[in-house]
Amino acid sequence: MPPASQDNYESDLGAADGQVASFEDRHHTPLQRLQHFLHGNPAMVPVIILLLSVIVFGFVAGGRFFSLFNLSLIMQQVAIVGILACAQTLIILTAGIDLSVAAIMVLSYVIMGHMSVTYGWPTGLAVVAGLLVAMGCGAVNGLLVTRIKLPPFIVTLGTWRIFLAIVYLYTGSQSIRSQDIDAAAPLLKFFGERVSIGGAVFTYGVFLMLGIFALFWYILNRTAWGRHVYAVGDDREAADLAGIRTGRVLLSVYIVAGLICGIAAWAAIGRVGSVSPSSFFEANLNSITAVVIGGTSLFGGRGAILGSLFGALIVGVFSSGLKLAGADPQWELFAIGCLIILAVALDQWIRRVSV
Amino acid sequence: MTRTKMLLAGTALALAGAATPAMAQDIGACLITKTDINPFFVKMKEGATAKAEEMGINLSSFAGKVDGDHESQVAAIETCIASGAKGILITASDTKAIVDPLKQARDAGLLVIALDTPLEPIDAADATFATDNFEAGRLIGAWAAATLGDAAADAKIAMLDLAESQPSVGVLRDQGFLTGFGIDVKDVSKWGDEDDPRIIGNEVTAGNEEGGRTAMENLLSKDPDINVVYTINEPAAAGAYETLKAFGKENDVLIVSVDGGCPGVQNVADGVIGATSQQYPLLMASKGIEAIAAWAADGTKPEPSPGLEFFNTGVSLVTDQPVDGVESISVEEGMDRCWG
Repeated sequence: MPPASQDNYESDLGAADGQVASFEDRHHTPLQRLQHFLHGNPAMVPVIILLLSVIVFGFVAGGRFFSLFNLSLIMQQVAIVGILACAQTLIILTAGIDLSVAAIMVLSYVIMGHMSVTYGWPTGLAVVAGLLVAMGCGAVNGLLVTRIKLPPFIVTLGTWRIFLAIVYLYTGSQSIRSQDIDAAAPLLKFFGERVSIGGAVFTYGVFLMLGIFALFWYILNRTAWGRHVYAVGDDREAADLAGIRTGRVLLSVYIVAGLICGIAAWAAIGRVGSVSPSSFFEANLNSITAVVIGGTSLFGGRGAILGSLFGALIVGVFSSGLKLAGADPQWELFAIGCLIILAVALDQWIRRVSV
Repeated sequence: MTRTKMLLAGTALALAGAATPAMAQDIGACLITKTDINPFFVKMKEGATAKAEEMGINLSSFAGKVDGDHESQVAAIETCIASGAKGILITASDTKAIVDPLKQARDAGLLVIALDTPLEPIDAADATFATDNFEAGRLIGAWAAATLGDAAADAKIAMLDLAESQPSVGVLRDQGFLTGFGIDVKDVSKWGDEDDPRIIGNEVTAGNEEGGRTAMENLLSKDPDINVVYTINEPAAAGAYETLKAFGKENDVLIVSVDGGCPGVQNVADGVIGATSQQYPLLMASKGIEAIAAWAADGTKPEPSPGLEFFNTGVSLVTDQPVDGVESISVEEGMDRCWG
């Protein structure tokens, strides 16, 4: 051995293991890898379920289901619940829940309808009045949650009934007929207008839904307000300590959710054709269903708003597919029930991921 | 029991002697409806309230929160017995389960009258004032078949029903329609078991516009050549019409319905609905109040219509395209008698 190398103490290092320290890689099986991937990309779960269900129903129900026309029809059918699910997502991200979304919407479109058809206001003004009422309803919810510090579930369980009672008392449960709206305020049905692209037929309401989701995806991910919403939902105390005025953020979330319900109201008149106080009776629960299937955690702070869009579409695909496959309507209830439980079970499994 | 009867007799005597309305206010009556959000029940309540005021009867009203809310109706019956009322008018949500609580009321000396919806068994009530819903369905079925003529043999029919749970009113109208149209209904106590190829499918609507719209879309996706649409009520019919308009088919399809509410009859006039069977909720309610007054006065109970187990408050087919062999009234007459 030459003496020169005696001083070169590090010469053998090249042969040694280059890694100083590392975490043990425990993602051995493909299942664990999938779990890890889904943990990082929660919105991918509903996308995968959506694609799978479209393919399965394409086989089961055949060409009638898989036509461009039917697929676009499903989007028309989920548009209203989809928009409500957007509002619902904002609330659920703050670890709240809003049982009153559909009631706010119905109250709002009843105002729009009666102001324009019964009292002859210009349609634009009537719509603004409806939107303001919807924001007011959201503000009532928000103030009760932030100032009186009542749990959101209780607050909206109450306001749900109160808003609906106002609707029934005010309208005597009578619808405003489609023909009367056509004569007095056709603009109320703007979002029911259709455009045909290839074989697909979309209402403006569908574009409205997509637009709202795109907007709130941007707001939640790219603005300070959006990040504050997540922070408040994840850990309100920590958010408080970080200097976020959590009360204000919460109140603003409820008002914005109310506004979205008001926009849904305008679209709902176009969808249904008439102003119907008794419609959308279960839309509040349907919106929660969409959010839950979409992978947003009911504990707040976790979830992606686009997941709710996919969640709403999954429900639409299931009900359309089952009907076209000839299943009785009872089985649709059954299937949606299973989906909800599956979605939450999946969410729990993903949360248990070993990082 | 005998003590109650003596008390009742005493009250009746006292009332017979006291003709002043102020004294008559001592007669209490209860109206229990399925919900107070359906215009049909709103009108029924108005009819009962007006008649009660006229006859000087003290009326309390109760309602379930939604159609099918059985618990609220049971609580209402208990409250009503406790209040010492003389009779109950009820449109039962659960026609079988309500029988026991109502028996308690009858045992306590109250007159129990079923409105609109017969109980199961029907004699669980002292009397029933109702629309013959099967007949209401049969009329529109017969009208649709006669209007189509020979084409009825290869009609394509969409059935827009009420709810998955198949409440009796929805079953009676559905099966009545099919019978009137000339289709074998198999088991008459449920819908959906028919195998006639003319039926494209059954969908549920919850009896509102939004449900009617979606249900019609789904059935048209199944078969775009549907040309007859049965609907459980007029709001569902209005929703179905919106879908037909969107599909450009509103002129090729016959829509029939049941109810006879004012917006519905107006829709017949506008050509949205071809024909509708009109029922008379105000009449049911006012007859019911009269019966309770008679019971309180001298213990007489109302008699059912000849040949039926209930007092038929009548149903009329409203259309401006009458056909041979099916009796109908004009839209003008329908407007005069419409409710809501």
